[in-house]
This record gives sequence, structure tokens and C-alpha cells, in this order.
Amino acid sequence: MKKQIAIIGLEMHCELKSNSKVFSPACNNYAEVPNSNIAPLDMAFPGTLPTVNKKSVADALKMSIALNCEQPDYLIFDRKNYYYPDLPKGYQITQMASPIGIKGKIEIEVNDKLVPVYIHDIHLEEDSASLDHYFDTSTIDYNRSGVPLLELVTEPCLHSAEEAVAFLEYMRDVYKYCDVSEADTKKGQIRCDVNVSIMDEDATTLGTRVEIKNVNSFKGVYDTINYEIKRQTELKEAGRYNEVEQETRRWDEESMTTIHMRSKVDAIDYKYFVEPNIPKFKITPEWLESLKKEIPRLHLERKYDYINNYGLSSYDAGVLVKEKAISDYFEECLKIGIDAKTACNWITTQILGYLNKENKTINEFNFTPNKLKELTDLIKNNTISSKQAKDIFNEVVINNKEIKDFINNDNAQVNDRDALIQIIDEIINNSPNQVEAYQNGKTNLFDYFVGQVMKNTKGKANPVLTKEILNEKLGK
Amino acid sequence: MLEKSLKEIHEALLKKEITSAELIKESLNKSHEIQAKYNAFVTILDNAKPTDVTGEIVSGIPFGVKDNYSTKDVLSTGSSNTLKNYVPFFNATVVENLFNKGAIMVNKTVMDEFGMGGTGTTGHTGKVLNPWDKKRMCAGSSAGSACAVASGVYPYALGSDTGDSIRKPAAFCGIVGYKPTYGLLSRYGLFPFASSLDHCGVLTRSVEDAAIVVDAVKGKDPKDMTSWDSKNINLTASLDNDIKGKKLFYIKEIVDIENYPHASAELKEHLANFQEKIALFRKNGLIIEEVSINKDLLNAIPAVYVVLSCAEATSNMSNLTGIIFGPRSNKTNINEMIRDHRTLGFSPLIKRRFVIGSYVLQKENQERYFKNAQRVRRLIVDEMKKLFKEYDGLILPVSSGPAKLLEQNDDVIDENTNVLEEHLQIGNFGGFPSITIPDGFVNNLPVGLNITGNCYEDAKVLNIAYKLEELMPYKNQIAREVEK
Repeated sequence: MKKQIAIIGLEMHCELKSNSKVFSPACNNYAEVPNSNIAPLDMAFPGTLPTVNKKSVADALKMSIALNCEQPDYLIFDRKNYYYPDLPKGYQITQMASPIGIKGKIEIEVNDKLVPVYIHDIHLEEDSASLDHYFDTSTIDYNRSGVPLLELVTEPCLHSAEEAVAFLEYMRDVYKYCDVSEADTKKGQIRCDVNVSIMDEDATTLGTRVEIKNVNSFKGVYDTINYEIKRQTELKEAGRYNEVEQETRRWDEESMTTIHMRSKVDAIDYKYFVEPNIPKFKITPEWLESLKKEIPRLHLERKYDYINNYGLSSYDAGVLVKEKAISDYFEECLKIGIDAKTACNWITTQILGYLNKENKTINEFNFTPNKLKELTDLIKNNTISSKQAKDIFNEVVINNKEIKDFINNDNAQVNDRDALIQIIDEIINNSPNQVEAYQNGKTNLFDYFVGQVMKNTKGKANPVLTKEILNEKLGK
Repeated sequence: MLEKSLKEIHEALLKKEITSAELIKESLNKSHEIQAKYNAFVTILDNAKPTDVTGEIVSGIPFGVKDNYSTKDVLSTGSSNTLKNYVPFFNATVVENLFNKGAIMVNKTVMDEFGMGGTGTTGHTGKVLNPWDKKRMCAGSSAGSACAVASGVYPYALGSDTGDSIRKPAAFCGIVGYKPTYGLLSRYGLFPFASSLDHCGVLTRSVEDAAIVVDAVKGKDPKDMTSWDSKNINLTASLDNDIKGKKLFYIKEIVDIENYPHASAELKEHLANFQEKIALFRKNGLIIEEVSINKDLLNAIPAVYVVLSCAEATSNMSNLTGIIFGPRSNKTNINEMIRDHRTLGFSPLIKRRFVIGSYVLQKENQERYFKNAQRVRRLIVDEMKKLFKEYDGLILPVSSGPAKLLEQNDDVIDENTNVLEEHLQIGNFGGFPSITIPDGFVNNLPVGLNITGNCYEDAKVLNIAYKLEELMPYKNQIAREVEK
């Protein structure tokens, strides 16, 4: 059999952050108590009408822009009609004919290589209620009903589980960078449908596409794709490729397999038509322009900037851009004049070390870039040693002290030239034998004198200055 | 007292000639009487409480509400078995607006199930009979509201209008029915039939009362995105404007008796009466011209209406599963529960509409039926808007005569009079302001005419209707059973 390649397309659903739901005034908050965040519309009480949450539209447009999509002239919603107990209206308000973004393209990094990903469309819709199934009953929680959901559909342009997961991780970071979603898979805020087919390496037409619905973790996506590739390839190898049918399957986490749900012939006709209760809304170029300004520089761009323009390693740059707040902190450090490598070292070791240990975010952190500047400047001008700086950092961060508290007291380096001369003179006077030996050529005794000075000053003598004076006094 | 106009009743309340409590008592007594005779109500609110009389004309005065309005703590069935026990926990915006102004709801009126009928005979509590002749229908779907207002239960009731559901029953009951421009009244809390065609509106016995009530309930509602700001519109204040030189048109293809070779006596009389009234209006300074419109376009009206309204209806009523509200099926499987609820709950007429709606929305049929219907709707609306540039309004007779006999109904349409029966749907296609007023009697039964104008020109349309009403002796008429 010829070498097979896999063709993968993803549908990524991501819940958006907002105060209220996308079409109702109920609170949009992940809540533990079932049915505590609901408005009449979320349960489809007769006569209720949708009202569009403009913030969610703005966030969706931002993502459309960030993915280099084309935006429509008008915001239009459609109804997707089907019966399911988690869909109280009997239809979902979504976007079919005129999504908020189409024909996008981005580049992601997979194993240090840039890979293009083509976006078919991105559209704004409402989430369904959530169901829990028990032995002989099922419960419906309407908290999730109407939560703003952004669905992103890629072209079938990915070729491995690694690429697919890299794309999902990239997108998760984009959502977080743009602050439109918490993008937390543990809270079910990201859910995926995966399309997988295989084909001969040199074939020009795609193989039979299998859709796997409701894969709710990145690991699940990874496992699903690899399982499907294996399943389809094995059937093909055995000459049974006709058994791969165009169907919808689901990922079963327990058995680590995909299971048949329905065939293409049973596909639901969603009977889409324009939602008549939402008047079409003009998306002006001015609005798009102002939204564009709200999109921050994204992580991959920052990463390459740090590597190419600041000489950081790929690893370090990767650590810095992982979270926007950290990257912003780093960039603030650069802005106020801290050397890039110094800032990077401090952030990746001391600062992240502390934050991780304390399980804190950088926003809850009192050591501002300005303080870091103060501290690193003290090292630079030899006021303190690196070791002292680390101690001071801990004192300031943990005990909320000021840096200057340590400089004026006994922690400060002894930089006073006259004071050092006095100390050194005394040592020389008290060590006639060593002086003589040194002057007779036993030059390794120089370290003995440095040691004496340090001992005398409890290690606080400025080492450079000390050496300078000793050289003067002892002669070469 | 309740047979008088709103202003007269308001004056009497202000002068303390009568109290709000007395009005309620009168209205409730009358409600029970009318219920026994004509079956107009789903619910009569015997515990209705009087309110303070304020500067608001509607304060302290009873009114009726069609049963497809959501009313807090009061049964709201849409005249359907699927909601026969549904008691909402919120008020429709227009109902809430009336409550805020001190109006008192005394009953909920029977309608065709979810507004999907034109006879007033398909509600789950039975047929509504015409107060002029019990052998005849009120038309629908706002049958109970029309019957009650015509009978003097109160000066006004809320109705809703998707095809002609306010304006036709008004004609058959000899009263005024007004459907304002789409979005002048919030639809929040109105059980949807076909959202792009649904309008809230009122049934009254005079144009002035219609203006007063709509002034009281209109306004932009944050809960309905299709509602719009109308602060600068005061319908009541606009009624006295001069209408000399205002130009109306009627459509030859609908009005000309030549179109109806097999015309019944009632139809002949109805159209002759219409022409008489046109002559009368012309004599009084109105310019009324005959306009010809492509007959194919006119003939398409009923089909376009059926396709669009059924499509939207099948989607709008997908929430009726019995899971959250309405009687829940005792089946254990969710799909069986839904099927059971809907099979038992809906009347065959509605199910037929759902099948049509689903059919025209199916992927393979959508282009041919649904999309084409939308296109033809646009053509019809564009044609009307073109005419509204030249004319202040369209004037046409309502229906092909007076109220029809109940025995004849079954929603059978005589093909000849198809367009004459259905042309009011133009008002829904375009969201145009449209008002029916009584214009005479045929066979001793009331008949009506309709005036429709361009969007947002409610004040002009009402102003014209008000002046025409003054030229005829049918203002504030109360139904009285005719001996046959």
C-alpha cells in the first residue's frame, strides 16, 4: 500500500467571557449551582425574544480580525432547527449564511516550524444547556443555555494529531491574549469536533471523511485523531476501505475508541433561515478599525521579536510569551531600560519561580518592573551583588519591604574608597610576612589579602575596588 | 358605561360619576353574559382589582387581552392544549405598559390556536360566535377580543395580527382594528406565530380609542430589538389634522366587480357599498384613485403568506415540547415525550401548517419555496412602497362580505375571492400601519374597509381613518343580534 497521509479539519467551540449571555440578560458565569443563571429566554418561555450582546459581537469580530478573516458588511444570525432536550427553543441561534469571519489564514508553530492553517469560518452562536445522565433519569442545567460561543471551523488542512493540538493550543492562547475567553478546557469552555480522512500520499481527491463529535480535551483530540488514522489505515490495508463510511462518531474516553453515532444518510436537515427577531446590524469600517486597535500583539509575533531582536533563546522567549501578562511585564521592563537578557533571567527564574510556588498570577504581584529596574541597576553599578539582589528581592516580595531599606543599612556594599584604604592599610601593617612573600613573587597570596578584606567587611567590600586598592598598595 | 368611548369613561371617572370598581363589576358581569352566549373568553378574572384614576386615560378602566399574550400569574394558553395549564411569571411588554398606566385586565380572550387560523373556531375551548349573528363566525384569530369589544364588555382589547388577525375580525364584528407599523409595539411576551409578520395591535370601537391605547403602550423596548423609538409620535394628537387633498388608491384587480363573474349577493352589495363610500369620501375632499397592479403579484399573496408564516411557525413553536412548560407526557423516552405532547396537543390544522413549514424549509425545497416566497414578498412590498410615494394610503374593502356562516368555514377558500380575502397580508409583508373601520352593513351585518399606509406613517393613517369614520354613522357601534 502507498504511504497514507491524514487530512484533518477541526471545529473548535470556545465559550466567550461576558457579563451577560449572548442573547439574554442572564449572568454568564460558570456556576456550580445548577439553574442559577437563567433568564426566561434561556428556557424558551413563550414570547421571549433574543437581544444581542454587543460585547460578544465585538469579541467575535476581534477574533475574526486576529485570524485574518474577511468580515461581513452586516451582522446576521440564522436559526438552526433541531429537537434535543438541551436546546429549549428547538433551534439554536447561530450564523450560517454570513458568519462573522470567513477565509482566514494564520501560521502556527509545530516543532519549531511554521505551518499555515486555513480558517473556513468563525461564527458567533449560543451554547446549549448541559445534560447529566443518571441510571434512569437525566437532568438539564440551563446555566450554559445561551452562553456566547464562538465556533471556529478550519479547512481540512492539518495532517497530524501534533498539528491539530498545536493549532488548538495556539488558538487557546489567542483567545486568552485577546481576553475574550478563559479558554479553560477543564470548565468545558473549549470543545471540539474532529474530521479525519486518509488518502494516498499522491492522491488528488480526499478520502472518506469521518466526523468525531464532542471531544472535550486536547489530549482527547490527540488520541481521537491517532485512533481514527489507525482505524482507517488498518481497514484500507486489509482491503476493506469501503467499510469506512461518511459518518458521525463520538470519542469514548473509557475505551479510547471512537463509536458510531449516525450515518450520513441520517444527517439532520437543520432547515436554516434568518433569525427574524434580530434586525441586521451594520458592521462599519470604523468599528472594525477601533476593534483592531484593541487586539494586542499576539504571542508568536512577540516570541520571534524576542528571539530576533533581543537575542533570547527560543526556549526563554517561549516561556515569556506563554501568558500575556508575563510578556507584558517583560515588555514593560524593556521599555524602562532593563537589559533584555537580565529581565528575562529575572522573570524566568526568580519571578516565575516565586509565582509558581505561591500559585499567584503576575497581576497579584507587588514587584513592579520599576522595582526590578531599581534592583538590577544596583547590581549594574556595583552597589550590591547578584546574591544580595536575590535576598533583597525575596525580602521585598515576601515582607513587602522597600529596596532602599536594604541599601542604607548594613547590607550595602562598602564602596567608600577611603574606608577601604583604611582597612587595607591595617591588614598590610598586620601581615608583614605575607607582604614580603608576595613582593618576592608569591603572587597567589593576592587572594589572601582579598579574603582578609572580605572577612573584615563581612563580605560587603566592593570586590573590584578592593582589588584595585590592593594592587596600588602592594605594587606589582 | 363601558359602551362609551375611553375619553367619556375617563371623564366620568374623573367626575366620580362612576368608580373603577363599578366599571370592573359591570365588565365582569358582561363578560359572563358574553361568555355564555358567544364563548369569547379563556379566563375571566373575577378578582380583578380597581386602580387609582390618574391623568392616564386608560387608568381605572377594564380591558381584555388575547390569550397569546404572556400575563403574569394569569393562565395564558394561546388557545392551545399544549399550553392549557401554562401560567407565565412575566408580563408581555404592552400588557405591562397598560398595567403601569393603571388599566385593568378583566379577561383573556379566545383565539384561533396560536393565531394560526382565520375563523375563531379552532381554540381549545371551542368556537367563538359572532355577537351580531350566532350562526356566523367572528373571523380570527383575535375572535374573542373582537367579540368582546363589539359587545361592550370594555372599550378595547389587545389583539395580534400576523395575516389579518385583528383587522378581519374587527370588520366582521363592526368595530375598529388597528395594527401599527412593525416595531411600534414591542412583541416581547406575545407568543410568536411568524415573527417577521407578527404584530401587536388593538381592537376598539373608534379610531380615537385605538390611537389612545397605542399611544399608551408603544415605545422602544430593550427586550425587543425590532421595536423602535417613537417618542416623537403622538397618534391621539394627530387625529384632528386636515386631510383635504390627501391621496388614497384602491386596487382595481381587487375591487372591480368585473373580477368576480360568480359574485354572491353579499359580495356585490359589499363592493357596491365600498364604491358608495369612496364617492362619499371624494365628495368630502379626498382624492381617491384606481390603480392597477400586476395580477400575478396579487395572486401570489396567499401562497407567499402560507409559505413564510408556516416556515416561521414550525420553528417558533419548536419550544412546545412539554418538557419545561405545558402538560408533560408520561412517556419515559425524551423523543416519545416530545412526540406525544405535540401529537396530542396540537389540532390537525396546526400540524398541517407545521408540515408545510418543514417542507418549504427543507434543504432541497428551500430555494424553490421559502426563498422564492421571500423574494415575492419583497416584490410586493417594493410595489406598495412605490405607490406610497405617490399616495398617502391604500383603501380596500375587507373580505368578500360580512361574517361568514360557521357551517361554511373549514378554512375553505373560494378561489375567485382569494385575493379579496387575503390582501390584508400585504400590511404584514411590509410591516405597514393598517386599520380597519366599519363602513356599513350588508345583509344587516357589519362590513369594514381598511386603510394601509407606509411604514412609520401611523399618525397619517389614523388621521385619515378618523376623518372617514366621522363621515359615516358607525363609530362606537355595539353589536346587537339581528333577527333573521
